Amino acid sequence: MIPAAFEYARASSVDEASKLLSKFGEDAKVLAGGHSLIPLMRLRLAQPSALVDINGIKELDHIKEDGHKLRIGALTPHVTIQNSSVVKDKLPLLAEVAGEVGDNQVRNMGTMGGVIAHADAAGDYPTLALILDAEIVTNRRTIPAKDFFKDLFTTALGPDEVVTEVVFPVANGPHKYIKFRRRLFDWAIVGVAAQKMNGGWRIGLTNVGPTPVRANAVEKALHDGAKPEEAAEHASDGLDPAGDLRASPEYKKHLARVLTKRAIQQAQGQ
Amino acid sequence: MKHKVTTTVNGRKHEHEVEPRLLLVHYLRDELGLTGTHIGCDTSQCGACTIHVDGKAVKSCTMFAVQADGKSLTTIEGMAKDGELHPIQQAFWDEHGLQCGYCTPGFIMAAAYLLGQNPNPTEDEIRKGLEGNLCRCTGYVNIVKAVQTAAKTMSTSPARKATVAAGGN
Repeated sequence: MIPAAFEYARASSVDEASKLLSKFGEDAKVLAGGHSLIPLMRLRLAQPSALVDINGIKELDHIKEDGHKLRIGALTPHVTIQNSSVVKDKLPLLAEVAGEVGDNQVRNMGTMGGVIAHADAAGDYPTLALILDAEIVTNRRTIPAKDFFKDLFTTALGPDEVVTEVVFPVANGPHKYIKFRRRLFDWAIVGVAAQKMNGGWRIGLTNVGPTPVRANAVEKALHDGAKPEEAAEHASDGLDPAGDLRASPEYKKHLARVLTKRAIQQAQGQ
Repeated sequence: MKHKVTTTVNGRKHEHEVEPRLLLVHYLRDELGLTGTHIGCDTSQCGACTIHVDGKAVKSCTMFAVQADGKSLTTIEGMAKDGELHPIQQAFWDEHGLQCGYCTPGFIMAAAYLLGQNPNPTEDEIRKGLEGNLCRCTGYVNIVKAVQTAAKTMSTSPARKATVAAGGN
């Protein structure tokens, strides 16, 4: 299938990318790894008027340790995050999740910034960003993850705003991400992230709503001394997931509870 | 507006003016006539279009030709050298790692990337490493066997090992 025609320009700096986005107008899109965008364009579910290719901005491909923070450049591919000794040491949950995105070929191309800016409900990094209180840095400002994901495929980004970095806290305590899917390279039907941090649990859910969900009721129950299997019963509190070809809303809520229990138990077993 | 694209494919330099929307796989097949790279699914899942771009395995249906500007590409046509099959090709032949053969070029390119990263993979590592490629005939058993055989051959033939690590060129 052949995408609709579009204009194409390469940016050699973030500033130039932003200017090109302004010039092309609000129907322009940033091209990073392209592994969410190009499939949508081929199906003509997305028809951007122009693509601004940022792959030439090499300084956006980096992993930096900055005190108690990890700064992941927007163009850092999944394969680099997966294999990074710094990430494995400082935020192993992120390295493990990166290794479960797509397949080898996808991980060679897909990027941190692309996943965050694309804001697919089934994306894995947004859930981690939300529960870990990560910050999304753009060419204009720093946005807390909890204010970044607005709706399905919708973020706080302005039309000429470019994600440059995602800043995670260091957290190397017990953790687990369970990505429930039928085939290895699929998106999550439901995903659950559990991370122990600063003495408390952070629990997040993927693909049970238009944006990632923080399971506050589960976190509170654990804080109040509930066992994992008791706390996990709250994982579907307040959820109203959309059904799709792979799972009904009821099944997704069931998965949220079961996988939350397993994620906490497996994290504790580490 | 068309854009100039300069690529090196299997060691040969090419220059073309292309529309931005031209997918890399169509560029390879239709502009360069390298039809060994197959289009299986059009949804970035099956891996039949896998090639190497600067030594990394990628799905050429999920990249625009303009993105390949200045890059070095290896396709299945670049694997055999001097009339001799690449050890991975030979192993797919010897172990009958195919039935209809449609997915085979993609599997060979994905396997070459895998063995470049990990010359001595376990069966699990092979299966995980080939997760981005689908075969609808074989049930994968002989494909895994072929990769194991290739790993053995290549470990006793260092020159070949080096060519794969370098992306097949």
